[in-house]
Amino acid sequence: MKAAVIVFPGSNCDRDLADAIAKVGGTAPTMVWHRETELPEGLDLIAIPGGFSYGDYLRSGAMAAQSPVMRAVVAAASEGRAVLGICNGFQILTESGLLPGALMRNAGLDFVCRDVPLLVENNQSIFTSRYSAGEAITIPVAHHDGNYVADATTLDRIEGEGRVALRYAAPVNGSARNIAGLLNDAGNVLGMMPHPERVIEPEQGGTDGRRLFEAVMMALA
Amino acid sequence: MKAIVTVTLKPGVLDPQGRAIESALGGLGFAGVNGVRAGKIFELDLADGTPREAVEDMARKLLANGVIENFKVELP
Repeated sequence: MKAAVIVFPGSNCDRDLADAIAKVGGTAPTMVWHRETELPEGLDLIAIPGGFSYGDYLRSGAMAAQSPVMRAVVAAASEGRAVLGICNGFQILTESGLLPGALMRNAGLDFVCRDVPLLVENNQSIFTSRYSAGEAITIPVAHHDGNYVADATTLDRIEGEGRVALRYAAPVNGSARNIAGLLNDAGNVLGMMPHPERVIEPEQGGTDGRRLFEAVMMALA
Repeated sequence: MKAIVTVTLKPGVLDPQGRAIESALGGLGFAGVNGVRAGKIFELDLADGTPREAVEDMARKLLANGVIENFKVELP
């Protein structure tokens, strides 16, 4: 699988994400700096890591969404290439318009950093096919702005289209309808607040994130 | 010329920061604070004659997130 991890100033989960892709997919991804205007050719997966790109200035993900590399990412997504945004990556995907809605400050105002139980709502996507529908999994979150917001019409539409891939089993941050992971309409873009790259080996305290990378590799490699 | 862009949360969007500020004002002994909504103000130093439409475009494309925020542009 040919993958790239996009690196912004302030990204801090880029190496963990690259490590997960390399360990599960067998090939180390190319690290692509935010100033690049083109992506490597023939990519199967573009991964946007967690962190605090551009210091979360203006709004989390807002500045990164305007960076040169994101124009190439948006173009690649519209061609159908797989894009996975985790945590700050999810915020960047909503700010760049690849996913609907917005991620606001957690309802309780606290930074939430702990393992959270999730439910796999949609196991028909290229990212979630290795889970069972309705399966309960545990993946850690670490974020201040994970409170998913969209208007009622949008929420009804994405629910109706089966685009809620992952849901918090119990409220974590005030997210509308406990949305934790969201697909685009074509199903090739997934944004999620939990960090699957942090649970791929038993030494990390869990392995529930591993199957997400396995699913992408099986679908695309 | 100076333009001022004020960005506020749309009505109905929960504002946890505003709520916390409201509660802190109550804690300081200020009575009668019925609500607080937090927003942002941008002071832009622009070339003279910059049209209102250009400033609105800046607000739409970057300064405000239309999903959750409204904006108001004030020109001299």
